[in-house]
This record gives sequence, structure tokens and C-alpha cells, in this order.
Amino acid sequence: MSEQTPTAKRAAQGILARARWHPLEFVFWIVAFSVIWLLPNKHLILTEIAWLALFALSLDLILGYAGILSLGHAAFFGVGSYAAALLAKHGIITEPVLALIAAGLIAAVVGFATSFLMLRGADLTRLMVSLGIALVLRELANKFSELTGGADGLQGVTMEPILGRFRFDMFGHNGFIYSLVVLFVLFLIARRLMASPFGLSLLAVKDNPLRSRAIGISVDARLVAIYTIAAFYAGVGGGLLAQTTAFSSLDVFSFDRSADLLLVLIIGGTGYLYGGLIGAVIFKVMQDYLAQLTPQYWPFWIGLVLVILVMVGRDRMLRWTEPVRALANRLDWRAKGQAS
Amino acid sequence: MTVVLQTTHLVKQFGGLTATDDVSIQFEAGARHALIGPNGAGKTTLINLLTGMLKPTSGRIVLNGVDITDASPQKRVRLGMVRTFQINQLFPDLTPLETIGLAISESRGDGADFWRVAGTKPGLNQEIADIIDRFRLADVMNTRTSILPYGKQRLLEIAVAIACRPKVLLLDEPAAGVPDEERHEILSSIAALPKDVTVVLIEHDMDIVFSFSEKISVLVNGGLFTEGPAAEVARDPRVKAVYLGESLDA
Repeated sequence: MSEQTPTAKRAAQGILARARWHPLEFVFWIVAFSVIWLLPNKHLILTEIAWLALFALSLDLILGYAGILSLGHAAFFGVGSYAAALLAKHGIITEPVLALIAAGLIAAVVGFATSFLMLRGADLTRLMVSLGIALVLRELANKFSELTGGADGLQGVTMEPILGRFRFDMFGHNGFIYSLVVLFVLFLIARRLMASPFGLSLLAVKDNPLRSRAIGISVDARLVAIYTIAAFYAGVGGGLLAQTTAFSSLDVFSFDRSADLLLVLIIGGTGYLYGGLIGAVIFKVMQDYLAQLTPQYWPFWIGLVLVILVMVGRDRMLRWTEPVRALANRLDWRAKGQAS
Repeated sequence: MTVVLQTTHLVKQFGGLTATDDVSIQFEAGARHALIGPNGAGKTTLINLLTGMLKPTSGRIVLNGVDITDASPQKRVRLGMVRTFQINQLFPDLTPLETIGLAISESRGDGADFWRVAGTKPGLNQEIADIIDRFRLADVMNTRTSILPYGKQRLLEIAVAIACRPKVLLLDEPAAGVPDEERHEILSSIAALPKDVTVVLIEHDMDIVFSFSEKISVLVNGGLFTEGPAAEVARDPRVKAVYLGESLDA
């Protein structure tokens, strides 16, 4: 290799900054996996957190990275959920991992087909289009009740063991480990995608579509691609719900689900991949805790938190965590000599 | 001289307003060609038509023998025609390093790579660094664009376009809003462009126009008023009248 100039060396360092693992990320995943042993009697709610986190990660891919606002993301979650349940019920693909991938792919096909409707217009147009698509799918599922079980839900789903070995037990132990591993693997893939030129170009498109085109980026193709990928992620999330509960019902498509999802992501923050994960933990724990405290009024507290979050602003709240992050940065041996 | 870019009978109407009125203009390979005209003469509209940001009402545009009238903006960039904007159009959340890296990746055809960590392509970093050094952005290359001083943003605006490796470069008032002391950086960066690159400059500052251009086309009310070698246009009393008229109005 030829001699590099000092600027080139610094450029090589700087451009990899987004791809580098922060120490807190390791902590996050160590904690996530350690709850397998630390909280064995909470695995049912932890499973819910895992698929919700994956679902929120999916929304982050389009909202946080490509700037596509959606109020109908449950469309793909629902398609994945019914796909996974139907594949198992009719014995088409009985092995859960393969069925889950298939469910994700079916959701991705729906995502690809509808992505073209999301290309035009501003935020409001996209909100309405995404909302409409989810409503249409819900009513389709309602109408074809012979296939989907209609308003009663899809009953009689029996799940085969994961990889032919690990049975879905009634305490949800294997279901949680399975969901967590799926979340982790898909997170790693998302992280890799977002650190690529493709991921970087999505941020560019989000920031300024006009200039993106003016440097040769095919904006529409990028948006179609990420929307399809996000639909796959949402579909897998829905598939996890169906597989771990051996059930699917119309509420997988519900507006509440899409709206809650947006809440989850806003709580955790967009555009750094962990927002959906952290948001899912906070949302579910709050829901669980507040529902015990005041069974009927827990949405009140969620609403209050949302208002505070928006009024105070996340940047200001993040400042409270500054000491932790400063400590983490000091521990980051690779950050040395990178103080630019 | 070969013609790299030409329009024939180009017209753009916004409702009843004709912003570009039957413009047939030719740009030669390696030219230093200025487009001047009073405010509202249709200079930026013409750039928007050339680069595909606007669709013409009628007329054709040909780039290097290829009819690009109906081509998308990004297709035109890939064919070698790149522009800068009068008002900065940058990526606030990216750093100059990432911005220039993206533009270079795109021009190399690997901007859509999704399974390769950005910045790991051999030679890419050196190429980015060369442009960063040339535009004196080294000290701020890892700073978010949104918090850069305006002068640096203006340099980046032009650097991004250069990073696309243009054959035809359209500069829309590159020095607009830049304080005098930073102007020379932008002007010298323009002067240092390779000779084989065709540069089309829109500019109000006549000092810049005459120091830079060999040929000048004058637009008035959307139409091509006159054109010729810079020295000739400078002496043309009608051009003076157009500009004096404008400056009296202003």
C-alpha cells in the first residue's frame, strides 16, 4: 500500500467512528443475556419486551434512519404474526426458526409492495397511507375468517420444538431465550447495515433528499430497500409473538399497536438503534408496574411521561447521564487519540 | 471545441410565468463559462432544468451526446453533471468526512454497499483526504455539519460536488454570503479545478465573473439575451444597460 497522508489516517479513523462498539453496548447485551438466569420467573414479560424491542427496532430503521413516519407499522407485525401462526397450524413449516424467517419474508413482500405508496408526499401523507394500509389488512384478516379465525383469533396452533430440540415450555423459558437470540442476531445485522455506505446514505436521504439526488443517490430505491427490510423485522417480531403464545388475533393489526410503538420509540429515542430496545424495556416495565398500581389508569402515566419527555427534551435529560457516559468513555481504550 | 452540454429551445413555464424562454445554449468541453443576468432572469431555473430538479415544459437537453431531458437527477450525476446550490444543501447530521465519503462512494458505484463497513474500501480514505485537504476542511472533518461555521459549510458545499468527480460542474453563486476574507479560499478552489472539467458559473459579483470566465452568456427575462467572449460582453453597452437598470431598481 502506498504512503497515506496524515489527513487520510485521521479520515480512516473518523469514518469508522459510527461502526465502533461503545463499552456501554457490551454492558447492555451482557445485562440482557444475564436476565435469563437473574430473572427466571419474569420470562413471560421479558419475552414481550423482546418482540416489542424488535418491532421498535424495525420502526427505528425507517423513522430514525430514513425519516419515514408511520402510524401503521402494525401492518407488517400482523402479517408476520398470522404467517407464523398459519405456517405452524397447517404444518407447512413446522420448525420455528425457518417458519419465523418465512414469516419475516412474507411481511417483507407486503412491505416492498406498499413501499411505493410511501415514497410520495410529506409526513402527514405517509402517516395516513401507513394508517390506511394497516386498517385494510386488519379488515382483510377479519373478512377471511375461515383462514384467520376472524374476531375469535387463530386457535389451535401447536408449536414444534425450536431446532427440533427446545420445546416452548409453559413458563416461557425457552421462548424468552429464543426471542432474545433472534433480537440479538437481527440487531447485529441492523447495526452492520447502518454502518455501511447504504446506512450512511439513508441518513443523508433523511437529512436532505434534494442534495442526496444531487450527489447521485437513488433516493427512491434506498427508501424502498429500507422499508422492505423494516417490514421483515416487524414481521419477525409479530412471528415471535405468535410462536411464543401459539395464537394470533386481529389486534396484531390494531391502530393502538402502531401508536404504542411510536411511543416506545419516542421514549427510547430514534436513530441510534438502541432507542427501540430501551424504550421497549421502559414501556413494558412501566405498563406492568403501573397496571398493578392503578389497573385502569396506567395509560395516564404513560401519557404524562410522554409529555414530560417532549417538553423537557431528551437532550436535556441525557445530560443527567453525562457522568456515566464520561466514565464509559474513559474506559474505552480504543477512544484514545481520537479526541477530535 | 466539442460541445459537452447543450439545450435546444428549452422552455419552462410556471402557470402563466415563463421562467425559461426558448433557451438554446451550448457549453464546450473544458470551458469556463459564466451565466449572468439580473435577479429573476431565470439563471437558477436553468440550472434546475439542466440538473433535472425541474422538468422542462418543452425543449431538449443533451449531455455528451445523450439526451437527458427525461433522466432523473441522480442519473445525470452519474453521467458526470454535478451542481452546487445557491443556498447550502448539506447533511446536517453527517460530518464533512462522511459527506465527502458518501459522494465519492456514489461516484465509484459502491454507494449502495450494505454489508461493508463504511470507510473500509482501499484507497477511499486517501481520496477523501485529498479533497478535505484541498478545501481546508481537515480541522473540522469530524464535526457535525450543522455546527460548522458558514464559510466552512460553503467550502463543503463545493467540495461535495467535486467529490462526485464531475465532467460538467454547475456552480450556483459559490461565493454567496461568504465574507471577503474567506472568499479567496472558495475562489482559489474553483480556480484549481482540473482543466478538462467544464465549469458553468452563475454569479452576481462581476469581479469574480471577469476573473474566472472565458465566455459569458447573459440571461434576461428567461431568454438568452446575448453571449460571447468575456471581454466582448464586458464592453457591450446593452449588457451594461441591463445591469444598470437593475441596480437602479434595487
